[in-house]
Amino acid sequence: MKTTDIARYALGSLNGARSRTALMLLAMSIGVASVLVLTSLGEAARRYVSGEFASLGTNLVIVLPGRTETAGGEPSMLIGDTPRALTLGDARALLRSSVIRRVAPLNIGSAPVSYGGLERDIPIWGSTAELLEIRHWRMGLGRFLPKAEWDRASPVCVLGQKVRKELFGNQPVLGEWVRIGDRRFRVIGILESAGESLGVAVEDMVIVPVASIQRLFNTSSLFRILVEARSREAIPRVIEHITRTIRERHQGEEDITVITQDAVLATFDDILQALTLTVAGIAAISLGVAGILIMNVMLVAVAQRTTEIGLLKALGAPGQQIVNLFLAEAALLSLLGAGLGVVIGLAGNGLIGYFYPDLPMGTPLWAFAAAIGVALGTGLLFSLLPARRAARLDPVQALARR
Amino acid sequence: MITLENIQRIFPVGDQKVHALRDINLHISAGEYLSIMGPSGSGKSTLLNLLGLLDRPDAGHYRLDGQDITPLSDKQQARLRRERIGFVFQFFHLVPRLTAAQNIELPMMLAGQPVDERQRRVQQALKDMGITDRADHRPDQLSGGQRQRVAIARATVMQPGLLLADEPTGNLDRASGKDVVDILETLQQRGITLIIVTHDPTLGERAQRCLHMVDGAIVNDTASP
Repeated sequence: MKTTDIARYALGSLNGARSRTALMLLAMSIGVASVLVLTSLGEAARRYVSGEFASLGTNLVIVLPGRTETAGGEPSMLIGDTPRALTLGDARALLRSSVIRRVAPLNIGSAPVSYGGLERDIPIWGSTAELLEIRHWRMGLGRFLPKAEWDRASPVCVLGQKVRKELFGNQPVLGEWVRIGDRRFRVIGILESAGESLGVAVEDMVIVPVASIQRLFNTSSLFRILVEARSREAIPRVIEHITRTIRERHQGEEDITVITQDAVLATFDDILQALTLTVAGIAAISLGVAGILIMNVMLVAVAQRTTEIGLLKALGAPGQQIVNLFLAEAALLSLLGAGLGVVIGLAGNGLIGYFYPDLPMGTPLWAFAAAIGVALGTGLLFSLLPARRAARLDPVQALARR
Repeated sequence: MITLENIQRIFPVGDQKVHALRDINLHISAGEYLSIMGPSGSGKSTLLNLLGLLDRPDAGHYRLDGQDITPLSDKQQARLRRERIGFVFQFFHLVPRLTAAQNIELPMMLAGQPVDERQRRVQQALKDMGITDRADHRPDQLSGGQRQRVAIARATVMQPGLLLADEPTGNLDRASGKDVVDILETLQQRGITLIIVTHDPTLGERAQRCLHMVDGAIVNDTASP
């Protein structure tokens, strides 16, 4: 029997029992659509988190003073082990490497900021011009900290959008002087609102040169040093360079902790990957249910078409041919159902994207392939039993009925 | 053409075993016109199914054209059915969703013949049966006589040597029944071997050779008095 004839015959019998066909298409398409929507959701969550991390800065390595160790030994070793502070000199020393693109020292504190009669306690960040590029922030107005010597405590500051609104309202702001703690700073720029990036409210902060904040809080140490590697591949060498440089400067003590966002990101990635797979598994169950429905309806179809099957046998169709005919029907159904399901799934994704614009909805290509593959697989698998049953029908009994 | 030797067919019914066919010995030559008559349950339909390879004997040998077909596999038997045997049923057994032409085409489609050859032979068969104008009608749009003609066209389109008819007029009125019998007899005169199972004595006695069956055995065969 020719393939085109098999397809045409299967199509004919599907067309001959429309309500049955519609029911199976519905089941199959719901299964496929749920696979698509749920995997897309998982994928969207993953992308959302990755995006959050990317907004932190790319190829970022963070250096913290002190070393967190879980080492055994005497308790006395844990006590009294004060870490040596990181200094601007340490940060500057890190710059001498070809694998490091940018270094930004960072100090954070909180101080009252006042303008006119208004005063608020606001987080103060002390850093250098490099911070803007490392953190991928953008200026809304004016300019960022000047690219000057790190030691120069220029009396300038950059405000977040919220700080500006609360202190200045709608008044012009550039060039105005605000008081932070006991010092006066001139406003030279406003950050563009970037929402929240992993707990840091960009809108609610004031940035001043690192030397200024050190004088403000009367300290010479740094809260941390942000380092941007030249490439993702260079990160291990950057870490090695950092530990070696700091050890040399700290008399052989390796008293810092180096965090790469990659490590954090990879962990999140693993968790979310597992989440996506779990969700896809749940969706696969609905496909399985669709498969069982298909089997059920197919069995009914075999019962209804007993005479036809008997006739085909009398006309000389061997059992295998009858199996093929029924499997062809199942394959056609599955493909049509998968097509329909993809349309429904994409529509669902569009709807979710419309109501939750923050979620970067997008269906990974593998989800399409998996959904269609699983649809075809379950369709064929669950039709095997009915098809076999049809092929084993006794033609004499099948034809005895009218 | 057909030789049956000591054919037995036993159906288990509950605890008991029913002998549908007891020790049947029969020889049918090519081109014969044979009718099988007998009361209900006499085994005549079982014999016909067995001749048509729809059923297998429990014992004995069946030779078709000199070939012992009892040991053949299902697939080989299906091929023999397709190529050498045509069936005509009391209830026509046309596929309801297919047109007359598609129903006639069915055995050739199963055999995987090329499309243009199929079309040509379907047209010829429709013409032979005088139902060319009904080619695109579905079975429910045809009269009983027309349906049976489509069924005969389907049974003969592969040009088999053996045509088996089970009560071919049982579901038809007198006039269309007569038409159908005429068509079958014309086919037989052109050389096909025709075997008819019937209740109807007037139809049965038209055959050159009549078998009478009772309780699974042939009690009278007009060819061997």
